[in-house]
Amino acid sequence: MIPETNTNFNPRLAARQRLGNIWQGVFLSSTIIALIFLIVLMLNIINSAFGLVVLENSIAPSELSEQPLESLDKAALVDILIDNISRNAGRKLERDQRFFADSLAFEGQDKWDEVCLRDEPPSGCSGAARSTSDVLVLVYERVVEQQVIETYPLWQSLTQGNEIRAQVAEEFPTATVEFWSWLDRNFITSPMSSDASLAGVRTAILGSLWVIVLTIIIAFPIGVGAAIYLQEYATDSVLSRIIQTNIDNLAGVPSILYGMLGLAIFARTLGYFTSGQFLGVGAENGRTIISAALTMSLLILPLIIINAQEALRAVPNSLRNAAYGVGATRWQMIWSHVLPYAMPGILTGTILAVSRAIGETAPLLVVGAATFLTSDPTGLFSKFTVMPIQIFNWTSRPQAEFRNIAAAAILVLLIILLTLNTTAVLLRNRFSSRR
Amino acid sequence: MVANKTAERPLTAKPVVSERASSGTGNLALDARDVHVFYGDFEAVKGISLPVHEKEITALIGPSGCGKSTLLRCFNRMNDVVSGVRIEGQILYKGQDIYASQVDPVAVRRRIGMVFQKANPFPKSIYKNVAWGAKINGFKGDMDALVEKSLRQAALWDEVKDKLHQSGLSLSGGQQQRLCIARTLAIEPDVILMDEPASALDPIATSKIEELMLELKENYTIVVVTHNMQQAARVSDRTALLWLGELVEYNDTQTIFTNPSQQKTEDYITGRHG
Amino acid sequence: MSQISQKNTPGQDGLLPDLSGRSSVFERVIGIVLLLCGVISILTTISIVVVLVREAYLFFGAPEVTVREFFTGTTWQPAIGKFGIWPLVNATLLTSFAAMVVALPLGISAAIYLSEYASDRTRSIIKPILEVLAGVPTVVYGYFALTFMTPLLRTIFGKGNVDIFNTGSAGIVMGFMILPMISSISEDALRAVPDSLRSAAYGLGATKFETAVRVVVPAALSGIMAAFILGLSRAVGETMIVAVAAGAGPNNFDSWGEAFSAEGFNFFKAAETMTGHIARISQGDISYASLDYSSIFSIGLMLFVITLILNIISRSIVNRLREQYE
Repeated sequence: MIPETNTNFNPRLAARQRLGNIWQGVFLSSTIIALIFLIVLMLNIINSAFGLVVLENSIAPSELSEQPLESLDKAALVDILIDNISRNAGRKLERDQRFFADSLAFEGQDKWDEVCLRDEPPSGCSGAARSTSDVLVLVYERVVEQQVIETYPLWQSLTQGNEIRAQVAEEFPTATVEFWSWLDRNFITSPMSSDASLAGVRTAILGSLWVIVLTIIIAFPIGVGAAIYLQEYATDSVLSRIIQTNIDNLAGVPSILYGMLGLAIFARTLGYFTSGQFLGVGAENGRTIISAALTMSLLILPLIIINAQEALRAVPNSLRNAAYGVGATRWQMIWSHVLPYAMPGILTGTILAVSRAIGETAPLLVVGAATFLTSDPTGLFSKFTVMPIQIFNWTSRPQAEFRNIAAAAILVLLIILLTLNTTAVLLRNRFSSRR
Repeated sequence: MVANKTAERPLTAKPVVSERASSGTGNLALDARDVHVFYGDFEAVKGISLPVHEKEITALIGPSGCGKSTLLRCFNRMNDVVSGVRIEGQILYKGQDIYASQVDPVAVRRRIGMVFQKANPFPKSIYKNVAWGAKINGFKGDMDALVEKSLRQAALWDEVKDKLHQSGLSLSGGQQQRLCIARTLAIEPDVILMDEPASALDPIATSKIEELMLELKENYTIVVVTHNMQQAARVSDRTALLWLGELVEYNDTQTIFTNPSQQKTEDYITGRHG
Repeated sequence: MSQISQKNTPGQDGLLPDLSGRSSVFERVIGIVLLLCGVISILTTISIVVVLVREAYLFFGAPEVTVREFFTGTTWQPAIGKFGIWPLVNATLLTSFAAMVVALPLGISAAIYLSEYASDRTRSIIKPILEVLAGVPTVVYGYFALTFMTPLLRTIFGKGNVDIFNTGSAGIVMGFMILPMISSISEDALRAVPDSLRSAAYGLGATKFETAVRVVVPAALSGIMAAFILGLSRAVGETMIVAVAAGAGPNNFDSWGEAFSAEGFNFFKAAETMTGHIARISQGDISYASLDYSSIFSIGLMLFVITLILNIISRSIVNRLREQYE
């Protein structure tokens, strides 16, 4: 120890160092708490996305047919339907989409002809017949009526599996217990359904894809253009300073306000165009994919501009001078030298902005995402839903099994986002190490 | 002529530390023994032994990158806060190795204060700048009196006594540096390390700092790193020349500047090495 | 050389350079197109303001609504023509307060740890993880609040005391959402403090903790303030967490006395925030002619003004900070 010989001072060094160590512990644990939160968040989602389910059928498939239902042909499946559902329900199904191209299953020929001659004939009159797998789904939905009566989270399923099975066997003798991954192939490829065990995210994934691709097409050129203007063209004029301040402010506007802008301008005021009515096609109102994409574009535009500006700032001036020195015009200099140099940075920033857009929910909720949509989007003027909206809808429902598919959908969304972000980081590292 | 001298005194000679410099008359305030400093694989200080005498000014001179600042920062363990630095050897303070495992570097710095190359007042008032170090170290007396005494010692009192509660950053560069000296004096250290304390100042401010150092010598031991050989000649009692991490020559300043025993010292002093 | 000075009509013989600048028409068009790209951002702002103000103007023009009641009423119940915004504002205050109580101490502590204590290696591991936390979509946080935080609170404080929807749960989770932003901005501010100040403190015999908390943090205080305000602005504007977990209806009060009683500031009660209300009302096919429709724009306008003020304050602080060190 260094002795304190100066009597004017009493440094109490041991106590001070002890205090310092305690606080270092506090600082470290705060950081660790944040990390733990992320882990708990992930575990909570995984916990809900997998687990035991208790299933009960109204009629066991074995009572309907001696062979497995999957091996039956369409005629046999339709016979099962005829035997087990009411004639009225059957008629309704047939009017939506007929079962056989050449014959009718529920409706009389005369009545059918009459219905089809009405002003607005049902879709079954003109559309193609249902496929065998469609009918099989109907048999399961309407006849077997497999119902999830109880679900258990993953942790409980793993640790108390036997207790659960024993309890179920006692309470619901006819029920079966299965281990389900709510996230499976069917979940990805099935459309929305009011039955959680049949519902999937296909519609939402396609919707997200449409909206995002359109958003990139709209926002990327405009954003990069604005960044080039601000970095390469603008002198320190009043206009350029207003634009710069404005972009910084826009980046802080709550996303829901962009939704209100989209609702009032794109969906309502420009509804005639965004609904596709000016082409004579499309939806009854402007709450369509194009409105969503335009709204999203405005939302991520400031992010793209700010990121692109950063990338352009990183381009050394010597490069610009060199291009000017060999007689390039300003645009030639930008197009052939500055942009290629800055492109990795611009792309990285764009990917990050896009991943923000993929996860955004509030603005699209306000613009008017459809709450229940089973048909795939077909174009700019389709009604839409997207992944986060789907998650929101399912989360908001009281039934436990919807929480399970919400968790499964979150996993899908997070995997997409993680892939994108990893790409961005790799892109950044790859190009920064090259320089 | 140069060639002749080189023949007489080869450049590779072991450092010459004069009898008087190493033993001396007074007591030793600090005693560096075979100190090595490594930044990663780079050896910045290559085994320097340097006794520092009490109530004297010792100057460390040498070209940029010779390790003089690094060595200075070893004396109060300031290198500890830089990551990736490894120090070997011993530095004795009052007979105790300050690098011994049970020594707290905070206690070392409390006794061996430091003034930095660029004035670095805290963004606080002049008063708080001076009082802060004393306060955290449990000063027991009258703080107002301590602040006044320290500012007087640093020859700054008359200039700031009416604006003690203005920001320390509002002072001029030379005043800021004297404020930093006052701040160091307030913790009443035994040794003050000064790392090129006047390099960022104009000639008038520099001469004020130099006068101050000569006054402080009465009560304090000072080790000063300087780029400026005239400054070393003007203020120091002893001078050490460092070269590429090695000690070339250490002797009383008079001798170093008039009759150096090493060719390299003479070349450096006469400006032949830039 | 002499030839050039004699024949000074450029380009005639194809040898002399064309300096007339004819090709710059293309350059000019490009410049204008790029300028237009920048102008779109101004149009966006103008549109937001116009849309909000116009609909809010229509709203306040309706016979059922008075500006006085909007600001002084304690009930928001469009069905019976009561439009006092306080219950919504109150819920926003509650969730934002809870969020800041979580995010501020944790965020700043984490920033101090990362800036002053952590090695480069540790920082390079922890920072990307915090970025992941910042990149999680807010609806996922909403899910987490509802399915984890609320049951947790109900287990701790009793099911009778904690509603299924409550502002506390939404606020706490929102705090973790904001945490990465606060810690990242604060860390930038701490790291911007010059090392010379740290050296000065060490040189005076300060411990690492004293240096960090009594020298570095005060020097970075304005940056930390900016982080706080920006975080607050995020919390006020956040929608999905509160839409999922805070409540699906305004927590109305009969009087101001009730509004300022313990009941008004109960974090365990369900209450709809401004953003939550906008999100709920605009779902589905809302009629453009209804008072419901224009009412959400009046709330939106209020939200816009609040967040704009917060953002401007925060940015001016950051700019001042930048000048200070440059």
